[in-house]
Amino acid sequence: MRRIAAFFLVAALTGAGAAVPVPDLDVGQGGHCVNDPQVMRQNHMKFLYQQRDETVRQGIRGGKYSLAGCVDCHASKVNHSVLGSDRNFCQGCHTYAAVKIDCFECHSSQPRALSAAQREGGHP
Amino acid sequence: MSDQPDASRRQFLSRGTAATAAVAVAPGVLLYDFARARPPAEPASSAVRWGLLIDTTRCDSGCDACVSACREENALPLPLKPTDPQWIRKVELQQEGSGRKVSLPMMCQHCAEPPCVDVCPTGASFKRADGIVLVDKHRCIGCRYCMMACPYKARSFVHEPVEDHSGATPRGQGTVESCTLCVHRVDQGRAPACVDACASEGHRALLFGNLNDPDSAISQRLRSVASVKLRADLNLDPGLSYVGL
Ligand code: SF4
Ligand code: SF4
Repeated sequence: MRRIAAFFLVAALTGAGAAVPVPDLDVGQGGHCVNDPQVMRQNHMKFLYQQRDETVRQGIRGGKYSLAGCVDCHASKVNHSVLGSDRNFCQGCHTYAAVKIDCFECHSSQPRALSAAQREGGHP
Repeated sequence: MSDQPDASRRQFLSRGTAATAAVAVAPGVLLYDFARARPPAEPASSAVRWGLLIDTTRCDSGCDACVSACREENALPLPLKPTDPQWIRKVELQQEGSGRKVSLPMMCQHCAEPPCVDVCPTGASFKRADGIVLVDKHRCIGCRYCMMACPYKARSFVHEPVEDHSGATPRGQGTVESCTLCVHRVDQGRAPACVDACASEGHRALLFGNLNDPDSAISQRLRSVASVKLRADLNLDPGLSYVGL
């Protein structure tokens, strides 16, 4: 299922046979990603699962991949979140690929450095 | 299994016990020396066992600084509704006959033989190599067996959707949670939030440290004063001990 979604996403983002318009994402601060963007599009879930188990169960911290790190760079500067609309970084792509995101039922969708006031105004 | 700690144990032991040496930065506030704390990329090791010594003779019945600090650190809901999670509670006891009163905080006792881990059908409840008992919420299905198994009533179920994600620990509806000994702070070489809050109030009723290091402040104190483990008859070997009960 996930592989099918990834295939469509790759096909769409490279322009090959794109029937549905590619999401126009608000990448937030953006900049240099921890890995090649195409590798991240296809594999970010695997990297995050691996890091998650090592951190929760073994206490290994400060690794290369981190969900909070993704959010820090990719939260929209408009609503300070990776969620909220189909332009927001995580929500936009996941809606396009039709893959449900569970992460933010527990994790924050807002950057760690956000002030309390900004947090109030944005998407939770 | 990858969860098991002992792969690096021998290597760790050969390096001695320097990893947990504590330095006092202010009266009553213990900070673990960053230079000698476990590097972030290294897994927790069974050469360390974290524990707490709670001195009830220093605990003030009117004070709930530890409870407030916990709620703030972990963004637990306030004001407290009857169904809201409680990771730490203040308990008042009175001895029959003499009428002697004792006030103390109760939380997960971080058992060495935790029944919550034994009964968990998914492997979500687990004991980290350094003795901290946690719920891996990615695996928790919310069956609440662990809540039934815990003799200390230390665990809570998250009934409501979580709105506030600003806390140090990710939390979500449908999972069970309990005191984490502020594992995120411990991994940075800091003491749990309750311990620091109690010290800031001037009570210093909570002492945190490495039970496996005979020179740690907690080990020295355990050697010099009488303490008990709660329901020691159950043989769960809690990491928490109480003075003055
Ligand atoms: S006190 Fe309860 S929750 Fe904590 S380790 Fe022991 S059995 Fe598990
Ligand atoms: S509620 Fe979660 S942690 Fe507790 S026993 Fe069930 S699956 Fe395990």
